Amino acid sequence: MTALVPLIVCLPLLGAAVALILGRRRSLQMLVSVLSLAAAAVMSAVLLMQVDRFGPAVVQVGGWEAPWGIVLVVDRLSAIMLLISALMLLGVLLFAVGQGIVDGHTETPVSIFHPTYLVLAAGVFNAFVAGDLFSMYVGFEMLLSASYVLLTLGGTGARIRVGITYIVVSLVSSLLFLCAIALIYGATGTVTLALIAERMPDLPADIQLILGLLLLIAFGVKAAVFPMSFWLPDSYPTAPAPVTAVFAGLLTKVGVYAILRTQTLFFPDNQFSMPLMIVAALTMLAGILGSLAQADIKRLLSFTLVSHIGYMLFGIAIGTPLAIAATIFYVVHHITVQTTLFLTAGLIDRVGGTTSLSRLGGLLKSSPFVAILFFLGALNLGGIPPFSGFLGKIALFQAGTIVGDPISYVLIGVGALTSLLTLYALSRAWNLAFWRPKQQMADRTASISVSLTEDPEDAGLVQKKTISPLMVSATSAMLLLTVSLSVFAGPIFDLATRAAANISSPSTYIDTVFPNGTGAIEDSNVGTNFERGTK
Amino acid sequence: MSASLTLVIVMAVMYAAGVYVMLERSLTRVLIGFLLVGNATNLLIFIMSGRPGSSPIVTGTSADDMVDPMPQVLMLTAIVINFGITALLLALIYRSWWLAQLGDEGDTVTDEHSTESVNDATFRSSSDDDDAIAESLDEFERGDGATSDEDTYSRAVKPARATDAVGRADASAHEEGGAR
Repeated sequence: MTALVPLIVCLPLLGAAVALILGRRRSLQMLVSVLSLAAAAVMSAVLLMQVDRFGPAVVQVGGWEAPWGIVLVVDRLSAIMLLISALMLLGVLLFAVGQGIVDGHTETPVSIFHPTYLVLAAGVFNAFVAGDLFSMYVGFEMLLSASYVLLTLGGTGARIRVGITYIVVSLVSSLLFLCAIALIYGATGTVTLALIAERMPDLPADIQLILGLLLLIAFGVKAAVFPMSFWLPDSYPTAPAPVTAVFAGLLTKVGVYAILRTQTLFFPDNQFSMPLMIVAALTMLAGILGSLAQADIKRLLSFTLVSHIGYMLFGIAIGTPLAIAATIFYVVHHITVQTTLFLTAGLIDRVGGTTSLSRLGGLLKSSPFVAILFFLGALNLGGIPPFSGFLGKIALFQAGTIVGDPISYVLIGVGALTSLLTLYALSRAWNLAFWRPKQQMADRTASISVSLTEDPEDAGLVQKKTISPLMVSATSAMLLLTVSLSVFAGPIFDLATRAAANISSPSTYIDTVFPNGTGAIEDSNVGTNFERGTK
Repeated sequence: MSASLTLVIVMAVMYAAGVYVMLERSLTRVLIGFLLVGNATNLLIFIMSGRPGSSPIVTGTSADDMVDPMPQVLMLTAIVINFGITALLLALIYRSWWLAQLGDEGDTVTDEHSTESVNDATFRSSSDDDDAIAESLDEFERGDGATSDEDTYSRAVKPARATDAVGRADASAHEEGGAR
């Protein structure tokens, strides 16, 4: 069973190599990439079942034991993240294949897109299974390098312009992460997560503060937390539809995962609760207010993406096992629903010729199926009762009321407001793009759309394109996944609760990696301790 | 904790200079800033290895005399990653310069007359453009009025537009190669 852990990272990488070698045989390349992601999805499902039943899987890579070698750890949280991201990557890949078949692979050229996409997948998986800080960094770099290529695919002016912003911002955050790793190594003498978790509480409080904040800022940029979220709404919508979907669904959640992992492991006393609460509230508000002003569906969705990161931060800030469970559930919900909505936006772009709300209309009549996809996704994101968005928010709010301090109540209020405003923004999009009869479109001064700002990169009405059955079925499959999250919310939330119980005290994780205790690990390699012991 | 003061000072200077240069408008300067900050971070990792000692493992000295090998491993990985990213950034900067010279339509037309001489002409005219841009920037820095600034700007841009047709051909050949 443990063999699956490294395999899930290696297989997509191997697939990328094979896809690259296969050169011009497009159909073979596509087959290889679809098969390797499907295999990854199956493996992660098996891993999740095994981990849930028999406890976490630990692999010492190359036989070097934990504090010296690289260690891979899959506990329930990692396994859940692996499974949901593998499913979502597979769905988007099928969408991209469908789009490529119709377009003749102009948007997503096979020989570049498929290998890069698989490297991105490998990076994401690596970040999830990493048991030490540095291999997490390597995973981040893999997925980021792949994302640089995917974002600037085709090298048009607009993409290069936003791509460079994105790359420079990501590079700065990576360097901050690397600084944090260096300082943590200096302070604790290790980069293994479990050993850091054991040594961190012994450090002086001020050093803990510096290390914690450095990690938070580095991951905050990746997760698009409010003051560091400015890059996201500009860069994501410019990329090809499948790329935007995978970025929006997955990449920010990798940042959230990293925050969740490091906060629960290194700072179990939850010292950063207050600042996290504040940025969570600001993220929700800034994001959703931004989305209200957008005329472009993709930009609108990007802003809601930013605002909903706030919910997950709220859960991490509360820090109780229930809140962590709610956060995990919300992450899973958000990955699927954002992907569905962005894929639907890709479909709208093709059937309507644009994604600008001021030029779309009558789509309910012309393409009812796309309308249904958008409607269900929008209700889900907006948090309408039977759907998982509602359940995730309820769980978060419940965790907040149990803690019951004033700031939690403020956050609950902000969360409810954000949810309503999300619903408002999305129902306006629905009204304009789908429900408005085509004849009314000449009337640009409709009171509902005057406050909307156009996308600065908007290309005007471009040629409408056909959509292939594969694209629609990939999107529908993602929608089915989100709906099944609502139907099977009970068992899934139970699983999330068990995952939260795993990580809510660091000792579980430490015991997993060091079953014989950490006493035997000699401290002599720590030549650099900042007066540890003299505290 | 024992660390070389020289290294600390060098690191601090590199960080300061790197961040300063990174905030510039020009992309090549951003790249240089990134390189400085990245190498300063490598130095930081190195400083974290603590007291100096003999080289690890190969020299066969006792463990107490060795320097901590771990940060060196981390540094090597970080250097390799930085190297790859730098190559990608250089390509993007070149592409962005190319688009700035030829405009967004620079590569949307099929290749009909892609020959050596056309390429040469394109590059000659682009380097003329560079001179013109440099000139206009100089004038701007000398503090000339807004009007003359606008003049030089249009002088700088117009020749670029004139080369559109030739540039397109070459760039589209480029694009097609990439797409395959």
